Amino acid sequence: MTAIADLGIAFGRVAFVMLFILNMGGLLTWVERKQSAIMQDRIGANRASIFGFRLLGLFHPLADAIKMLTKEDFMPARADRFLFQLAPFVSVFFGLVAFAAIPFGDTLRLAGREIPLQAVTLDVGVLYVFAMLSLSIYGVMMAGWASGSNFAILGGQRAAALMISAEIAIGASIMGVIMWYGSLSLQTIVRGQGDLLLGWIPAWGILVQPLGFLLFVTAGIAATRRIPFDTPESESEIIGYFVEYSGMKFGMFAMADFLETVVIAGLTTTLFLGGWQVPWLYAEGFRFPWGAELALPHLLVVLLQVGAFTVKVSLMIFVMMLVRWTLPRFRYDQAMRLGWLGLFPLSVLNIVLTGAVLLLVGGPA
Amino acid sequence: MKLAQRLYLPEVVSGLVLTAGHFFRNMGAHVARALGRRDARGAVTIQYPEERRPYSPRLRSLHRLVRREDGSPRCVACMMCETVCPARCIYIVAAEHPNPDIEKVPARFDIDLGKCVFCGFCVEACPEDAIRMDTGILEFSSYSRGGMIYTKEMLLALEPATGDGRPTSPVPIPPDRRMPAP
Amino acid sequence: MATAAFVLIAAVAVGSALGLVVRRNPIHGALFLVVNLGSIAALFLTLGAEFLAAAQVIVYAGAIMVLFVFAIMVLIPGREETGPDPQRPTRLLALPVGAVLLVLLVALVAGGGAPRAAGGPPAGGVEAVGRLLFTDYLFPFELTSVLLLAAMVGVLLLARRRA
Repeated sequence: MTAIADLGIAFGRVAFVMLFILNMGGLLTWVERKQSAIMQDRIGANRASIFGFRLLGLFHPLADAIKMLTKEDFMPARADRFLFQLAPFVSVFFGLVAFAAIPFGDTLRLAGREIPLQAVTLDVGVLYVFAMLSLSIYGVMMAGWASGSNFAILGGQRAAALMISAEIAIGASIMGVIMWYGSLSLQTIVRGQGDLLLGWIPAWGILVQPLGFLLFVTAGIAATRRIPFDTPESESEIIGYFVEYSGMKFGMFAMADFLETVVIAGLTTTLFLGGWQVPWLYAEGFRFPWGAELALPHLLVVLLQVGAFTVKVSLMIFVMMLVRWTLPRFRYDQAMRLGWLGLFPLSVLNIVLTGAVLLLVGGPA
Repeated sequence: MKLAQRLYLPEVVSGLVLTAGHFFRNMGAHVARALGRRDARGAVTIQYPEERRPYSPRLRSLHRLVRREDGSPRCVACMMCETVCPARCIYIVAAEHPNPDIEKVPARFDIDLGKCVFCGFCVEACPEDAIRMDTGILEFSSYSRGGMIYTKEMLLALEPATGDGRPTSPVPIPPDRRMPAP
Repeated sequence: MATAAFVLIAAVAVGSALGLVVRRNPIHGALFLVVNLGSIAALFLTLGAEFLAAAQVIVYAGAIMVLFVFAIMVLIPGREETGPDPQRPTRLLALPVGAVLLVLLVALVAGGGAPRAAGGPPAGGVEAVGRLLFTDYLFPFELTSVLLLAAMVGVLLLARRRA
């Protein structure tokens, strides 16, 4: 009986994360259209309807899916058949699994059990997410190479170069957070952000690592390969690694982009925005710095935390979309220069500064 | 470049502030509109088929043939328009009119809209004021060239637009765009 | 359960290693190597060495192999590169070197090279690895950094001469 319950709980945790990221990813196609429209004084896609109901264009993702599933699945004659088929799946796969180590809540106590609200509890969660992000590039490179098209190869090469320069900066910029909270486990890092600075400010990563936050978000946006770092795609010059793809395989590359956006937003939330932490909310309820207290039942606290995580991720996605619809594309050499001569040295500086502060002032403990 | 521009980040932030400002202002207007404030507009977009930009009365849109009181065309098949037409898109076959006071009547009056350049010369040349370009209809399309030829009956059925250019008669659907009868 | 996982992962590792050697196509070979490195990382995971597994994936599969594939894509091999190897005889060197490796492996396994159980945090944890790197293995660690520095200087020199 307990074995079945354990299995059910494990399944539930994985299912929650999967549904969270898949729904977020699907919804992002709508968010992207609507947000860009509102930013540009337009209305945006609102025509798809079911029985005359338009619901602010929410049916457009559905219409897109139906369209892409019914389109011709084309393969160029000179394509590498196996890799060409495999590439979109690799892209989506690593985007999906990367979210597994990101905690969406604290421990849930239910019927005498302690359920960690995280698909997988890993001591090296940061590294895991990072590893999955770095592997996601293979789908893109395979697509570029297997298409047998020069434009696709150019796109694949640009993606690889961009990914490496972004990855170095990501790895170096989260080092400050790891040093400050003293752990590679994402759950521990989030718990550490529940502390208070000066007795009333939540010790979120963005406050103790402002430079790290800026560098991480920049490099993270580069890792999602979206504007302003969309040189691999560059629809106005080379179209990029998925030129030769059609139908749902093309859709999967678009989906992988959105999934990576969600993953980067989730990772940013976890590392810098306090994860599931609500300011001044503790396991037994609110404890405000001005002395007031408000006891809350355990389930409500957990719900508040999961809700806070979702809201923060959505907010982060909003910011990333804002950047995507505001900035023009970097030229290839500009992107490289920014990665290697801007982000990376600054990240190293951030590590040195964090180390100095930790030595001189002392850490959070 | 100034230092602030070379650093890039301040410029990025000012750009983000601008676009975010648009977002929140428009979002506020959308919400106000949803709550019942009809004058709040969050977008400059015109929802085209339902909403139309007011057209000038001088706009040259789809032609129509003016009818007499008995419903027959006012046109007397004098061939002026056919002669003046620079695109040669008008084709008229004349016939006798039963009323002896009226000289002729067009048996056929076809305009090939695929060729028409909407210069309006036909309207100016007409001595009877029998052809006008004031229907306000701008949407004509067809799957074939033949479908772009509008016949006398189609042109006679059209009505003039309202003052702000809103069409009052339905857009004629050419035969090749009609649903096949079941 | 553990044995089954080991057999499965080991089979993938050996299969991908074979694929790497056998495939003509350089990209296929490189991708097989990625799979191989990934399965080795999975083996580390089954041994409880999460940090090593993550580092293996990030450093080898995520960074070095990306560079490999990138380089292969840039120098898309023409017919002359994929044709018969002009230095075919040197391949015979693989036999004695491989034999030495085999002997070493057999000697190690026969000598009862069971993994040492370390006290404190599980071996392969971040702390254990870090402590070892900065105490017992400090010298090789620093030596590696000197080697990397030399390689970096060499690259700079080569890149500068071209420009």
